[in-house]
Amino acid sequence: MSISDARALQVQQMESADADIFTTPDGRRIGGPILEMRNITLRFGGVVAIKDISFDIREGEIRAIIGPNGAGKSSMLNVISGFYHPQEGEVWYRGMRRARMRPYEVAREGIARTFQNIALFEGMSVLDNIMTGRLNHMKASILAQAVWWGPAAREEAEHREKVEKVIDFLEIQHIRKTPVARLPYGLKKRVELARALAAEPKILLLDEPMAGMNVEEKEDMSRFILDVNDEFGTTTVLIEHDMGVVMDLSDRVVVMDYGKKIGDGPPEEVRNNQAVIDAYLGVSHDDA
Amino acid sequence: MRDDVKTRKPVDEGLRSVPALLAHNVAVRPDRTAYREKEFGIWQSWTWAEAADEIRAIALGFLALGLERGDYVAIIGRNRPAMYWSMVAAQCCGAIPVPLYQDAVAEEMVYVLDHCGARFVVAGDQEQVDKVIEVQERVPCIEQIIYLDKRGMRKYDHSRMNWLADVQAEGKVAHQRFDKELDTRIAELTWDHTCVMLYTSGTTGKPKGVVLSNRNIIETSRASAEFDKLRSDDEVLAYLPMAWVGDFIFSIGQAYWAGFCVNCPESPETMIMDLREIGPTYYFAPPRIFETMLTSVMIRMEDASPLKRRMFHNFMEHARRVGPALLDGKPVSAADRAKYQLGDLLVYGPLKNTLGLSRVRVAYTAGEAIGPEIFDFYRSLGINLKQLYGQTEASVFITQQPDGEVRSDTVGVPSPGVEVKIADNGEVFYRSPGTFVEYYKNAESTASTKDAEGWVATGDAGFFEDGTGHLRIIDRAKDVGKMADGRLFAPKYVENKLKFYPNILEAVVFGADRQMCVAFINIDLTALGNWAERNNIAYSSYQELAGHPKVLETIQGHVEEVNASVAEDKMLSGCQIHRFLVLHKELDADDGEMTRTRKVRRRIVEEKFADLIAALYGGSSRISTETEVTYEDGRKGSIKATLEIRDARVVTPARAVAAQ
Repeated sequence: MSISDARALQVQQMESADADIFTTPDGRRIGGPILEMRNITLRFGGVVAIKDISFDIREGEIRAIIGPNGAGKSSMLNVISGFYHPQEGEVWYRGMRRARMRPYEVAREGIARTFQNIALFEGMSVLDNIMTGRLNHMKASILAQAVWWGPAAREEAEHREKVEKVIDFLEIQHIRKTPVARLPYGLKKRVELARALAAEPKILLLDEPMAGMNVEEKEDMSRFILDVNDEFGTTTVLIEHDMGVVMDLSDRVVVMDYGKKIGDGPPEEVRNNQAVIDAYLGVSHDDA
Repeated sequence: MRDDVKTRKPVDEGLRSVPALLAHNVAVRPDRTAYREKEFGIWQSWTWAEAADEIRAIALGFLALGLERGDYVAIIGRNRPAMYWSMVAAQCCGAIPVPLYQDAVAEEMVYVLDHCGARFVVAGDQEQVDKVIEVQERVPCIEQIIYLDKRGMRKYDHSRMNWLADVQAEGKVAHQRFDKELDTRIAELTWDHTCVMLYTSGTTGKPKGVVLSNRNIIETSRASAEFDKLRSDDEVLAYLPMAWVGDFIFSIGQAYWAGFCVNCPESPETMIMDLREIGPTYYFAPPRIFETMLTSVMIRMEDASPLKRRMFHNFMEHARRVGPALLDGKPVSAADRAKYQLGDLLVYGPLKNTLGLSRVRVAYTAGEAIGPEIFDFYRSLGINLKQLYGQTEASVFITQQPDGEVRSDTVGVPSPGVEVKIADNGEVFYRSPGTFVEYYKNAESTASTKDAEGWVATGDAGFFEDGTGHLRIIDRAKDVGKMADGRLFAPKYVENKLKFYPNILEAVVFGADRQMCVAFINIDLTALGNWAERNNIAYSSYQELAGHPKVLETIQGHVEEVNASVAEDKMLSGCQIHRFLVLHKELDADDGEMTRTRKVRRRIVEEKFADLIAALYGGSSRISTETEVTYEDGRKGSIKATLEIRDARVVTPARAVAAQ
């Protein structure tokens, strides 16, 4: 079951990037780049989804990727999570160039995600769904787990404890035993976040965590995202449509339009960027 | 010795404060479970000895932070063991705990915090801390904020803020410095020291701080624990607001006196599940909770298979007939007994288990009148549900129902040690060992409520029933009035009848000094929402469902049935409802329309919806209105609606009587 062979990481010395570690005004510690996207280009046949995009994600920050529909945001997230493989460009993770990886290998490396369209096991309880987030941390064999023998039982108890902490954190105690199919949309989104958190990720990828939510649910979700980042220092990459939410939550924002990067920087800077304003106000691309 | 009911010995010198009772429990039953809380999916428990250690550590920590004798310590949060411990720890230090309603908005907290001059605030979580910080500028007396749940608190300025666990740790480290001081302060506590100060929610005006002494709390706890034979193996679920006097009596007073276990739910949303898991033996709930439970049972039965439905209705009918008699020990035929036992096996037992009431020995309801049908439903299942009548100023108990003498329309006989008298105008007065010391910094109100001989005016109108000696409460004394033609007007009597219908959540009846009675109705979204779903009625909001013609028709049916029932009572037949409307919003404490304990504030509703009342008395059949609403975070908005006003059929004999 060893994955060391599959984890063929090309060890290269990262050129001493200005890893200026600093602390935000509200007391969070932002480290150097943990993930770097270098000149990524992704094509589907003749369609260019992502065109030569580079940006980095610093340890401990909340990084948003925004842009109009079809800008390539989800594709970018899929590149990070290893679901898509770019034709050109490199992904650098923790100072090393990442080889082509399967999504489960990326997950083992500490990158967890949620999906734009909820991808939970509908027939299973909330608790069981979140337990699946611990899969990569389980050591006992399938057989040992099935017969629930000694060490496997102990291990499960340990995982359950971790899961219960997440349940407590996200305040979903009341639906612990409820089948996911019976839950309203907003809660399902929260369960998905819980499952991602249960994996104790280094980087959390959130694909439109607030799509289709009402104001109150959005406020709750925003608070959870901030709390997760604050409490566990989890680096968070966020795709979101709601500009207000993005501007409030994120430390830095990447703006994409038609597969290209048109802006990158702190929210207030991005907000005043003419290219971003045009993209959002819908200026015709012919005269641009 | 303490179990001797008859002789009524004075309470032992050594048991005259809550910290002293704690020490007693540690000596007598150190290894019995004192507290339980569900956390991380598991019931965590603390024995009396462990709880005492926790409390001592908190108290030492408080001393290290500089808590002085006579200081006030505000406690804001949901029911958790550590919150109770903080209260007792404050008492150990000679300070006075002041629990606050946790759902109060910051604005409401300003008055109370400022009035009592709290130096320390113990807050449950970030939400509560935020509120305290928000008001801190206007309430300069607050020196230390101590919080229980660490989540989200990391980036706060901690120069005058501490995590409770840190306070405890500091207390433990500093024990050599403070042990002696703490023991001195505990030893100083006497009968007359203030045990707790509770702010009454107040249906009118500013909240008043009710000062209750150790004597008030402990005498009352002893008497009531003996009355219901509470034992150290009883279990209660602590889920009602900590700021409410009942919770203080049940979860601290009686729990420490009888030495039983207090269980705290995991979160407010899991209360029903936690109730099932614990299966309390001693249970208290306001009528509203019993109503909600019954509504949910009825809704679920509607969705059940025809066979189950028939079985349920058949056996429930039987239970209604013989259940209460069985519970009261009255003679019941062998055949009826046998059928009841079968019913217990098939229906009552499983139902009680689902409700979490299988093990209940004593259950109480109070605060509002309970619909007789609701009351009888639980009694008929074999649950010993009783009524009591009380208020904060009495340390809860004024009257209560002894086992075997339980009825839905009385509130029982005076509790042990309590004297009750009825004034000429019908107002109920009482005098008891539990009678409060005073309203804090409000001598005027104290004097107008409690006279020199210790008699306290309750503000309720009532009378003792001939023969049984049971007290019956009609209404708030100030709400009972006359209609324009002199007939008696008792709004609550009619409202309670309306509220029995699962579809009606709340009703407010007007008619004092008027020719006829009219009513506002609040629909119950749970019950009607389910009904709408089954009948394919689409709706997008509360407002839309409330205005749906079919809903109005259903409600009209209920109102007319109530009119028929009201007409049967000669004295009150004038209270039949001639016109009504269904409100476009739920009456809510955040909008000031109800108290935090969910009692309607009649005057405020009357003022706020004056246009609607005018329309009810005018002839129009529609009215457009705009209402201001307050969201949970304190922001304000408004909703507009056009409401339909309906005429309800009134039973004619009543008119004939009125015409005479």
